[in-house]
Amino acid sequence: MGFMSKSPWVIHYDGSSCNGCDIEVLAALMPRYDLERFGIVNTGNPKHADILLLTGSINEQNRPVVRNIYDQMPEPKVVVAIGICATSGGIFRECYNVMGGADKAVPVDLYVPGCAVRPEAIIDAAVQAVGILEKKRAAMKVADRKKDHDTTDHH
Amino acid sequence: MSLLTGLLYVLFAPIAGGLLAGIDRKLTARLQGRIGPPLLQPFYDVGKLLLKENLVVRRSQNLFMEFFLVMTIFTGALMFSGGDFLLVIFALTLAGVFFVLGGFKSSSPYSFVGAHREALQMMSYEPAVILVAVGMYMVTGSFQIKEIVQYPKALIFDLPGIFMALLFILPIKFRKSPFDLSTSHHAHQEIVKGITTEFSGRTLALIEIAHWYEYVLVLFIGYLFFANNFWWGAFLALVVFELVILVDNAAARVRWQWMLGGAWISALVLGGLNVIFLMLRS
Repeated sequence: MGFMSKSPWVIHYDGSSCNGCDIEVLAALMPRYDLERFGIVNTGNPKHADILLLTGSINEQNRPVVRNIYDQMPEPKVVVAIGICATSGGIFRECYNVMGGADKAVPVDLYVPGCAVRPEAIIDAAVQAVGILEKKRAAMKVADRKKDHDTTDHH
Repeated sequence: MSLLTGLLYVLFAPIAGGLLAGIDRKLTARLQGRIGPPLLQPFYDVGKLLLKENLVVRRSQNLFMEFFLVMTIFTGALMFSGGDFLLVIFALTLAGVFFVLGGFKSSSPYSFVGAHREALQMMSYEPAVILVAVGMYMVTGSFQIKEIVQYPKALIFDLPGIFMALLFILPIKFRKSPFDLSTSHHAHQEIVKGITTEFSGRTLALIEIAHWYEYVLVLFIGYLFFANNFWWGAFLALVVFELVILVDNAAARVRWQWMLGGAWISALVLGGLNVIFLMLRS
């Protein structure tokens, strides 16, 4: 277990959620579940964050916003779709303005269905997300080494 | 107090400062009815930040923060090697100026607000810190920290007013409520996290390490008031730190006018009366 998995900082974005899942996300950070036990901090700043928690479905209005937040996060990063709306669009998927789940805007690593999702499921997702973070960090290291190797080859 | 203690500071202050930050987070969690992160969490955070990608708006923004760290280390090394107190204060101010400039350089509205607030905080604590140096000079007859720590009596008995003025500004230096205006350890979603908005990865880790150095540095100023006995001094400096955390959890953040006014009034009234008393006595 490296440092990557010991201090995952999250940013939470509410796409077009009914606030049910948002309240559960915040509930997971409150004293009863206390996600800070695992070093999880709700940063509110994409540049400090490792995990992007998305709630609600994606539409034309919020797609660039979600994309922007995702692009501003430094590598390695993990995206978690929280709730059934972020997973697939949920009961809103037939709406004329809804495009679908969070994966319509950004690559999603973990899907956490539920309406509303339970805090236990969010904690489970966070624990799985740190595993993915570790893997992505390892992949980054390999890619860096390969890049260095390639540049030395060219010269 | 020699070059050796200065070197010890450079090597071990981040460890001590990180542990203090860990105690702070644990204690804060307990006060809020939570279990809280492990004691070593600040080290995990910095370790992680060092592994992350470093996104920048402008490359020079990182340079300012690197200088903030270097100047903070220099200030502390100067202090712990028994140097001139006035020079320490100037170096500390220069470190703060680099921090503010780094915030401005990253040119985001949030970091602008944060940098403004950091500048206001510097304005607030400066008079009290200078009064500490002046008061200690009036009692011990020297600005050299080497000689101040060798004064046979505890300075607190001669400088109670100045010590209280220092207590008032300690939350500013520790970035704690009620004066955590520019950057806070809580409230990550609010504007008070402003100055570090555009910093990520390695640079954010450097800022955190600089804050650890600052912790030890500022606690040492508190220690100077009890410096005639090392163990009592160290113990009381820690008590002061716990007091700051308690106040942090009990107090709400104030407006900057209150911070500036309060810090100046406490420095000028408590510290000023103390200085006048010393002048009359001599």
